Amino acid sequence: MIVFEKPKALTDAPLHYCPGCTHGIIHRLVAEAIDSLDIAGKTIGVASVGCSVFAYNYFNVDMVQAAHGRAPAVATGVKRADPSKIVFTYQGDGDLASIGTAETVHAAARGENITVIFVNNAIYGMTGGQMAPTSLPGQVTQTSPYGRDVNTVGYPVRICELLATLDGTGYVERVAVNNVKNVRNAKKAIEKAFRRQTEGKGFSLIEVLSTCPTNWGKTPEGATEWLEQNMIPYYPLGVYKDKYAEEAAK
Amino acid sequence: MADKILMKGNEALAEAAIMAGCRHYFGYPITPQTEVAAYMAKRMPKIGGCFLQAESEIAAINMCIGAAAAGKRAMTSSSSPGISLKSEGISYMAGCDLPALIVNVQRGGPGLGGIQPSQSDYFQATRGGGHGDYHLLVLAPSSVQEMADLVSKGFDLAEKYRMPCMLLADGTMGQMMEPVELREREEAPADKPWALTGTENKRKPNIINSLALEPQELEKWNEERFKRYDIVRENEQMSQSYRMEDAEICVVAFGIAARVSQNAVDMARAKGIKAGMIRPITLWPFPEKALKAAAGQCKAFVSVELNMGQMIEDVKLSIECSRPVSLCCRTGGMIPSPDEVLAAVERAAEGGK
Amino acid sequence: MSTTQVLIAGFGGQGILFAGKFLAYAGLLQGRNVSWLPSYGPEMRGGTANCSVILSDTQVGSPIVGRPDILIAMNLPSLDKYENEAPAGASIFVDSSLVARKVKRDDVNVYYIPATQISNEKGYQTLANMILMGHVIAKTGVIPQEMIAPAMKKVVSARHADLLDKNIEAVRLGIEY
Repeated sequence: MIVFEKPKALTDAPLHYCPGCTHGIIHRLVAEAIDSLDIAGKTIGVASVGCSVFAYNYFNVDMVQAAHGRAPAVATGVKRADPSKIVFTYQGDGDLASIGTAETVHAAARGENITVIFVNNAIYGMTGGQMAPTSLPGQVTQTSPYGRDVNTVGYPVRICELLATLDGTGYVERVAVNNVKNVRNAKKAIEKAFRRQTEGKGFSLIEVLSTCPTNWGKTPEGATEWLEQNMIPYYPLGVYKDKYAEEAAK
Repeated sequence: MADKILMKGNEALAEAAIMAGCRHYFGYPITPQTEVAAYMAKRMPKIGGCFLQAESEIAAINMCIGAAAAGKRAMTSSSSPGISLKSEGISYMAGCDLPALIVNVQRGGPGLGGIQPSQSDYFQATRGGGHGDYHLLVLAPSSVQEMADLVSKGFDLAEKYRMPCMLLADGTMGQMMEPVELREREEAPADKPWALTGTENKRKPNIINSLALEPQELEKWNEERFKRYDIVRENEQMSQSYRMEDAEICVVAFGIAARVSQNAVDMARAKGIKAGMIRPITLWPFPEKALKAAAGQCKAFVSVELNMGQMIEDVKLSIECSRPVSLCCRTGGMIPSPDEVLAAVERAAEGGK
Repeated sequence: MSTTQVLIAGFGGQGILFAGKFLAYAGLLQGRNVSWLPSYGPEMRGGTANCSVILSDTQVGSPIVGRPDILIAMNLPSLDKYENEAPAGASIFVDSSLVARKVKRDDVNVYYIPATQISNEKGYQTLANMILMGHVIAKTGVIPQEMIAPAMKKVVSARHADLLDKNIEAVRLGIEY
């Protein structure tokens, strides 16, 4: 009996991510959701700009690579072209919460029937560790070398809380992948987000708190600790909006 | 054959797009092209098509990218400032070899500029506009009938060569009404094996992408794209000649400038000046063959434009500076009068500038 | 072989563009070449509006009317602006209920008609444009009178079918003035 294997929705291409980076785990969770719902043949993914730019090489489904921040708009076009397809974006924090804020907010406001996987590691990884819209107050990065000073550069953006205020949003949950329990919850949330789309239940976004040991200057283990001690208190885990659960409860 | 009806250019091009099989339009309001969006908003829901007012020009062009990637005939329209915003997406489209139709109903610039007709986005359209080595097919209608006819042509060319196509109109073309006959499309749409339609677990994934971090690979992609551009340059130049049979002075003008220049050519002929006109219909590829042939018979050229002189560079390049080329232009939303063009033709005939 | 260039000018809301469209359709139904070009932009909302219409037996070149053979001025600013643009021998029509002054030139044909006043007296609040158009047709023959009804049917939308007869009646009032 096979008890563990690579999801079919992942290709054999070796991942390029740094040791200890949790993108690999998140890729796997997305692929497992696609497998479990048996939707690979009708899924179209939208890769973004950032460390996950090569996602089109890893997911074993049709993929399009979008400009920085524009993935939700590209996904909108794909979905409107054929609503029977399952369309997801895979975006980092700089892509989704900075340069692509407008596209994110409006795709949610429209209730676009797509699934957004939002990987938040509080830093720009691909360009080498600059301050992100989600970098924490005081966090040292290449472009906040004295620590993020909220008096001059402002505060981090909490995307789940922000999107939960929109009537168009269907399902928004924040999860983390720093330990086994949280990974299991993340898997459930991601699968639910895809299932919601197959049921035509509108816009869903799963924010996954993720590590960046390289740019945080930490060991893989130290990075998961830092995530737990610093990110989770600022970005509490949980469901921020679940329109259909709320309606069902009424 | 359908009866001719009076339609605004903006509406004619919108209906022509629908008749050409376009069912995915993404737009954003901006004068003087808003009628396109309004027309699509009215028609698309009735024919099972998709009209979506995007949150920005940037989002609209990216929605086009998505729909085009999925194999659909996608279209967006805007006017000059909005095209600047779309330029990022247009570069991505070119880099991804995606066909789509982008309409620019030009107004005066730079910056917010004005809302009156202009041709000052000639460089932006013919040189690409966004970053990187690429070209767009650029079609320039000069009547409402052509606003309609070139839409279908534009989609066909875009799909044939897998590159975005721009319909470069201006405020007068968008706003004016003329009789137009809309024709049902005959050609079957191109086969698109590259489109993202889901693997159905039967084929390897299709990937649409413009990223190549290996410079050798990117160079190869660009060179292959330019081989295709060479074929386009060879086969797709379009222009119309007006009273060129024995012309000694050749006016070169497109769009509304060509309409004005036609009057001026007639006025010059009435005065005994052998004037004619070449009207480029494709601005890229520029009709350099027609211009080069004209250089054999004409002693001077006059480029008439609604800008500070942009197409004049292509006129000079096409004839390899073998004849004097003078400029007759107005800018900022102003349109030269036939008298102004006539005066320029007379100066050229006298050998002056 | 002839070409007639018509410029209709006035305030936004006076039906300038509609009158132009009527004229253009009448030409089209005769099988002539026509063009209709409006001014556009913020000025359409309360400011000045104008409309260039060209009817021609040959292909229409520039759709912009700079030298109108027929100028219809529905307010003073329009007469001030375009009076001197009309070539000698042109016809200038003035809504004399809105424009107090006379045309200063003596090399053009001038027709005054209190179109707005007639329209109000008949209870047709907004048909001064069509009364003027009727007068233009009577004095210049720019379109044959048998084209009035078919052209009107083309431009009065089905939604406002009740206005069809009123518009035709307004044109008749202008013809008979």
